[in-house]
Amino acid sequence: MTSGVMNATTTALDWVSEAFDAPLARAVVFGIHNKGHLVVEMLLIAVILFLLSRKSYKPPRMPLTENEIDDLCDEWVPEPLCPQISEEQLAQTHTLECAATPHTIVDGKEVVNFASANYLGLLGQEKIIDSCIGSLEKYGVGSCGPRGFYGTIDVHLDCEKKIANFLGTSDSILYSYGISTIFSVIPAFCKKGDIIVADEGVHWGVQNGLFLSRSTVVYFEHNNMVSLENTLEELTRTNKRVEKVRRYIVVEGLYQNSGQVAPLDEIVRLKEKYRFRVVLDESHTFGVLGNSGRGLTEYYGVPVEKIDIITAAMGNALATDGGFCTGSVRVVDHQRLSSAGYVFSASLPPYLATAAISAVDYLEENPSVLTTLKNNIALLREGLSDVAELEVSSSPLSPIVFLNLKKSKGSQEKDLQVYDKIVSRAFQEDSVFMVTSRRTALDECRLPLGIRLFVSAGHSKSDILKACDSLKRVAALELA
Amino acid sequence: MVRLPYLTALTTLFSYGLLFAFGQVRDFIRYILDLRKSKNLQGYAPICLGLEDFYTRRLYLRIQDCFNRPIASAPDSWIDVVERYSKDNNKTLHRTSKTSKCLNLGSYNYLGFAAADEFCTPRVIESLKKYSPSTCSARVDGGTTKLHAELEELVAQFVRKPAAILFGMGYATNSAIIPSLIGKGGLIVSDSLNHNSIVNGSRGSGATVQVFQHNSAAHLEEVLREQIAEGQPRTHRPWKKIIVIVEGIYSMEGELCKLPDIIDVCKKYKAYTYLDEAHSIGAIGRSGRGVCELLGVDTADVDIMMGTFTKSFGSCGGYIAASKEIIRHLKNTCPAHFYATSMSPPSVQQVISAIKVVIGEDGSDRGARKLAQIRENSNFFRSELHRMGFEVLGDDDSPVMPIMLYNPAKIPAFSRECLRHNLAVVTVAFPATPLLLARARICLSASHTREDMIKALDVLSTVGDLVGIKYFPIETQ
Repeated sequence: MTSGVMNATTTALDWVSEAFDAPLARAVVFGIHNKGHLVVEMLLIAVILFLLSRKSYKPPRMPLTENEIDDLCDEWVPEPLCPQISEEQLAQTHTLECAATPHTIVDGKEVVNFASANYLGLLGQEKIIDSCIGSLEKYGVGSCGPRGFYGTIDVHLDCEKKIANFLGTSDSILYSYGISTIFSVIPAFCKKGDIIVADEGVHWGVQNGLFLSRSTVVYFEHNNMVSLENTLEELTRTNKRVEKVRRYIVVEGLYQNSGQVAPLDEIVRLKEKYRFRVVLDESHTFGVLGNSGRGLTEYYGVPVEKIDIITAAMGNALATDGGFCTGSVRVVDHQRLSSAGYVFSASLPPYLATAAISAVDYLEENPSVLTTLKNNIALLREGLSDVAELEVSSSPLSPIVFLNLKKSKGSQEKDLQVYDKIVSRAFQEDSVFMVTSRRTALDECRLPLGIRLFVSAGHSKSDILKACDSLKRVAALELA
Repeated sequence: MVRLPYLTALTTLFSYGLLFAFGQVRDFIRYILDLRKSKNLQGYAPICLGLEDFYTRRLYLRIQDCFNRPIASAPDSWIDVVERYSKDNNKTLHRTSKTSKCLNLGSYNYLGFAAADEFCTPRVIESLKKYSPSTCSARVDGGTTKLHAELEELVAQFVRKPAAILFGMGYATNSAIIPSLIGKGGLIVSDSLNHNSIVNGSRGSGATVQVFQHNSAAHLEEVLREQIAEGQPRTHRPWKKIIVIVEGIYSMEGELCKLPDIIDVCKKYKAYTYLDEAHSIGAIGRSGRGVCELLGVDTADVDIMMGTFTKSFGSCGGYIAASKEIIRHLKNTCPAHFYATSMSPPSVQQVISAIKVVIGEDGSDRGARKLAQIRENSNFFRSELHRMGFEVLGDDDSPVMPIMLYNPAKIPAFSRECLRHNLAVVTVAFPATPLLLARARICLSASHTREDMIKALDVLSTVGDLVGIKYFPIETQ
């Protein structure tokens, strides 16, 4: 069989060589007899040329015709711009009828106010208001322009200097809104490819900044230093390129979502070990912690230079508005051209900068206010230690006192309903104004919600006792 | 739109090329010198890096005295500019106690509310005494005062929308509101020259962003048709919703939005419209109601109207005006409403009083006079600049008029020369404009008198000749 095929092939080849008994078949190229190869090769080349001359295969392109696009456009039904919300579903808000001082009038009712982060009791301080009036008369209300374009008023520069001097940093930079400070600062320093290790309990402003930076963000467990160390270890061990990229740890001094204070000494130790930079949001610790109110660094005795970037909103202890960022000259100067919220926004109204200067002055002149605040926090915590079914979950240092259910009702919504009821009854029946920690659907923080009481140095002993009594009474009724 | 002349483009590119080359050489030398020094930052990547940092150090610092000039007065039509000096080639600037009185063509003080006002200032001071500078609380907590509620109603009524919501900062209004309106699966179609706050808000929302050519309704239609037909990228699911975002007056161009055409397209394709009136509200329109009034657009056709109080009303903050449902939704979800300290009560009072003046509720016709004045001033000044041969951008009635400079060397030359003649003018360069399209920008105010403007035009003409920015032939009448 095989030999038959062989024979047939040989015969066919012979026949071909006979048929093409052309000089080519027996050609001798460079002394080699090619025995008909040239013929086959010529054939192959001819086939290739033939194939090449054909049109290459393309999947048929069938662009939509104008009519089809018209139909598609007609068919398309957009979702409504927002979900339907009835008036009842709207989160209830109260309206203040005078300054948000410890005693204020809300919805026509005189109440004790635990809803304002007026930690030092500066609201309503005559000296500060007088300085603001002076500023208003000289500079008007708004600055009518961004800092770059004649929106820099001399009080802005004075305020920046004042804050830097107070904290012992080289320079600082003012922002016109507290929440926009951090979400402008983070993208100014962190770009695609950089690594950020952040606490999972950070507030929305930080979350937004992390998202806008497009960096690689890794979260560690809320205020858990073991988790932080593990995360840093893993990142530096597994990633060989890590030396080349910028690395940051982003934490809050005092988490407004939980009332926990970040252990800065430990963070600094880890930062130096793994060579990360630290971005610290001191919105609720600046002017509150430390013997003279210089914040978390003072409290932990950490030299302020060790923290690369410090930001804070001034709408809390300083009782004004806006925010600042402070650090080395390089860090601050870089923001003056690269930070979106600084470059593209109108500057802080000058009277608010004046208010900030006066507030820092006040703090320097009256450091005793911090002792009062500390005592008030301790008093409130003590008074709330035996409320039925509720427990204080915030740090003993925190001027935001968090009350949580000892046993959750099963879901955040159910818990919130309970808290809301307690808060609104305390308001209605006992004239104590406090708030629950509400979160928007956009917030990614998943820490438990709770009742928040903002303690102020302006609260008297009886105010605090009143709040404690009211909470005990209402909680006992609601949770019985 | 600007049409960059060929020769100018070439010289501008050449200038930047030169600056870039010299900068690189200097960086290289610095690098070699630094090699010798001990490195105490070993293990850290430099905190500022890349072209951005290079631009700051090697280009911006040379001319930084033209920006961030501090003033020691209200940003009214005449301001006290603080003199500064530098001992180290402009790297650091130091303030002196000397000031010079300059005519202000830089601030967004369109209606002249920056200065003390007989109606507004006493009310603001009264509110300050009553409410203190801040509430120390977010709007949902304890940050809503009677003033906030009053202004929300007043704004809604002023811009002719059913409801409104306030924020303490204009920038944050855009950047926090867009994520509450649209998210993944949505499409934002944004004008190519939209402000950075819109860009950041869109990015922060997680929606897909497409850009259409500046102010071109035709291109917008093209983009919308293509996007609706294509659907979401890769999955080809239909878009959940589409929001088209435009501005009333483009602050770096001085151009008015071609709103009627854009609204027609949006209506045809069922896209929602978002109009940012940061510069136009209060400044244009017969009764100051912005671009809708000027161009005869029914406000019901614009789904979301955003604006700021920083400019015409001489305060701070921003608003969103829309239907009752949308505002309710925003009050339930917007992060800035939940977490940010509420707008400072005296600033709220300033806006209330200013709007009352504009609509004549103060019992005088000052508002109407201010509006007539700003229109007259803008049109007079623009036509004069045109006549002198400057390349002026923007439309009639717009109080913003950019003058093209192009070459980087002309930026400091123009700015410093004007300042020497006691004229405070804003020059704008990268990152606020594209690199090649540096410009000076003039913002007029109702408080400028005819003499002020004639003086300003004289100075601009002299400096324009000196710096060589009269790119067009001088018109003779």
